[in-house]
Formats: sequence, structure tokens, C-alpha cells
Amino acid sequence: MRVTFTVNGRRHEADDVWEGESLLYVLRERMGLPGSKNACEQGECGSCTVRLDGESVCACLVAAGQVEGRDVVTVEGLADYARQRAEAASAGGTAAESASVSTSAADEQRWAAAPAADGVPLSPVQEAFIDAGAVQCGFCTPGLLVAADELIERNARPSDADIREALSGNLCRCTGYEKILDAVRLAAARTDHAEAPGDGNGPGPHSGHGPAQGEVV
Amino acid sequence: MEFLRPARWEEALAAKAEHPGAVPIAGGTDVMVEINFDQRRPEQLLDLNRVTELHEWETGEEEVALGACVPYTRIIEDLRRELPGLALAAHTVGSPQIRNRGSVGGNLGAASPAGDSHPPLLTAGAEVEAESVRGSRRIPVEDFFTGVKRNALADDELIKRVHIKKASGPQQFSKIGTRNAMVIAVCGFSVALHPESRSVRAAVGSAAPTPFRALAAEDFLGAALEEEGLWDSGGALPPSVTKEFAGLCSAACNPIDDVRGSAAYRRHAVGVMARRTLGWVWDDYRGGAGSGAGRAAGDEGGSRCA
Repeated sequence: MRVTFTVNGRRHEADDVWEGESLLYVLRERMGLPGSKNACEQGECGSCTVRLDGESVCACLVAAGQVEGRDVVTVEGLADYARQRAEAASAGGTAAESASVSTSAADEQRWAAAPAADGVPLSPVQEAFIDAGAVQCGFCTPGLLVAADELIERNARPSDADIREALSGNLCRCTGYEKILDAVRLAAARTDHAEAPGDGNGPGPHSGHGPAQGEVV
Repeated sequence: MEFLRPARWEEALAAKAEHPGAVPIAGGTDVMVEINFDQRRPEQLLDLNRVTELHEWETGEEEVALGACVPYTRIIEDLRRELPGLALAAHTVGSPQIRNRGSVGGNLGAASPAGDSHPPLLTAGAEVEAESVRGSRRIPVEDFFTGVKRNALADDELIKRVHIKKASGPQQFSKIGTRNAMVIAVCGFSVALHPESRSVRAAVGSAAPTPFRALAAEDFLGAALEEEGLWDSGGALPPSVTKEFAGLCSAACNPIDDVRGSAAYRRHAVGVMARRTLGWVWDDYRGGAGSGAGRAAGDEGGSRCA
């Protein structure tokens, strides 16, 4: 069957998709987007985490046919997604309203964990993972980045318990998680700082803040 | 394999009537695992994601009519006041990614003895609304589970909604697992106080071929509360009552040894969970001056460790 849906702001089409195929397989094997990792294929590890219409899901458990006409963000489009969200926030709109800029297929496929000279800059979460040393073998990283970015979008000042819960579906067998927690605290603190000035709605920058950046890096 | 994508409920029923072997798929958190691992190759997958009413719920005077595909995340965030026991159980399901997709309808369809939503449905009081082209019927949740991974649905029926009584008193849920996320219950337990009818309901998961209510324990506790006048006095539960309740819950189990735990451990753990959760709901009832509804879930949202 043919499946058509939006990935990272751009319409993609896949042909000859087997009816029992997962979204993860379509992304990796048919669309050339191997950022979402294939490990457990049963929703246990979180390394295939993507956003489906804004929600974090395991791409291995979504049937390809279920995403027809829907909107998917993978780690390849995360930087763009975060940038559009930040721009929309500063313009007072929502990410969805401003999601007109799309990642090109070439950009998606060229994605690497370092800011390419001509590429899209990394998202705050990606930068924080690098700065905090939260990446070792890197296999779990894409799923963690998507899950952590979703947490910070939903909760600008997550507590440690919030972070642990938000990442409870993502397994990492290298780091022991401490640096990952550091990275999420760092990303949240930076995002909060960046959005605090002139933000009349949120609490001021001095009330009940997350950990200072210096503690983390 | 065929992928059927009805846009409306009537089309879904027609498709299920035409293809009784079609496997309904909502969040995919069970079905896709079986397909990924080559354990299942149905002739048809029946995707229910486009049927919008399955993703909606209605809160009435007495009950919540919960669409079969409403994900656990929505129950936790939007229905924990009305359905505190179910919200607590929902919070122990998988991970955020799984809770964004998994649903009570899927849990019932899979009918695993370890389904987390089953004990709180049994203690709250619930009916499964099953429908086919032949008509609609409501199956009391007590009669829904017919065996390990078997339920009362006919081949042409689909679950449309689950009608769950709104809490009139404190409810609790507890679950044993090796960590606080991503575990299939070794065993689970739910208890609900119903002050308006002066009754107590207790249900056990993953300690018998099907989830079940511990009726002897319920009757014993109901009689003991009445006899001691505790519904009115709000007095503390005598330790002997709690102990007997826990023992009856434990004795009602018919568990097996498997990779997650031994039968003996399950029996023991159910007794411990029964004792602790009863303490929690009774404390809540006393503290809430008889109107504990909504407080049971607590603001932290998660289940306390048993």
C-alpha cells in the first residue's frame, strides 16, 4: 500500500509498504531517515521515539498505515522543530501555526550530531547533551533527545522526578543516566533563561529556578 | 495482509462483520509487538484511529463513558478526579510513549491477566459496551474476562466504550514490578470504598487466569465496617480486620509460577498490597470526612510503592 504523511515539515510518500510494517521501518528503510533507532521492536527501549501529531510515541509500535495524513517529527527534524517553536513562542503564536518552514530531505539525511557549517544549528537539547557529556555510544541518544525535548516543551522547569518520569521509557546502557539528567536540567535551564526576558506570563527568573548552569557543566 | 481504515464507526462494524478474523488495532502497543515478532499474521488489521468517537469520553451524572481508544495519558490528566483508581493504574502502564498510545479498550481486547486497567475497572464498577452490526450490548466487566487472553466478545463485535462508575469514595491501585516503569505486573491490586452503599470492592490482577474480585474479602470487610460502626465513626481500622482482609485477598488468588514471579510470591504480595492499599483508602476516607472522592489520586498522580 501507499502511505503519505508529513515528516519534519515535508510531505513524504512511501510505496509498496507492507500492511504490517511499522512507522519505524518506513522511516529508516524507505525514507532514508535512520536517526530513529531500531532496537527492541516492542516499545521497551524508547530508541525509536518520534513525535506523532506532537505526542511522543515509539515508532516501532505505530503501524505505517496509521500515520496516513499525519505529522511526524524525527530527530533529524528536531532542531528545526525546536527553532520554530521558539520563534512561535517569541511571536506569541504556536509551533503549529508557524511550521511552514520545512526541512529538506537532503537536510534530514545529512543530519549529524554536530552543527554543520551550512546546516541547521542544533536544538537546545542537542547542545546540552553534547555539553553535559550525555552521549556515549549514542544509540539511545536520538530517542532521548526527542523525549527530552517534548518534556521541556510541556514543562519548562521540570523537577528531577519529572525528568526521570519523562525518560522512563528510554533505556541507556552506557551512561548510567546521570549525565543525561544533567543534560536535560541544562537544556531546561537554558531554554527557560532564553524565554524568561519579557515573558509576562511565566514566573520571574529568580523564583524557584532549576539548577544553575555552573552546577551542571 | 489487508489494512482496513474505516473513517466511521458504522464502517468499522461492517468491516468486522465482513472479516471476523480482522484484528482491531488502536495504539498498537500489543498488536504491533506480535506482528514485529512474527507471532501474529492476521488476514486484516482494522485500524480504529480514524473513528473519532472512540477517542472521546463523556462525563455523566453517575458514570464516565470512556471511548475505547482514549489513551492512558488523557485518563491520567483529565479523568483522575472521576476515576482515581483507573488513573493511578494508568500511570503505572509502560512509559509516557506507551501511555500516549495505549488505551483501556486495547487492554480489554487483549484481556491479559496482567492488564493494569482491569482491577480498577472491577473495583469502580464498569460495563463494556460491545457493538456489532447485530446490535449493542453492555457486558459487566466481571463477566468480560473468560480466560487467559480471552474475553466475551463475539467475532463480529468491537468495544465502543467502557462505562465506568464515577468514584464516590477513595480508590487505590498498587502493582508489583522490578522498576517503576516498563513492567508487566507481577501482580496488581485495586481497592475502592463506596461510602454511599457502605461497601468495599477489591480486585486482583495477574494472580489467576483472569483478573477477579476478591468477593469473600469484600464481604468480610463490609460486614466488619458495619459491625464496628466505622463508616459513621470514621475510626481506625482494627489491625485484626486489616489482617483478615489481606489474608482473604491472598487466599482468593490462583496464581502460577512464571518468569515474573512464583505463585507463592504472588500470593504473599497480594496480601501485602491489600493491607497497604486498604490503609491508604481508609486514611483518606477518615481524613476526607466521608467524601474522599478525588483525593485518592493525590496531586502527585503516581501510585505509592507497595
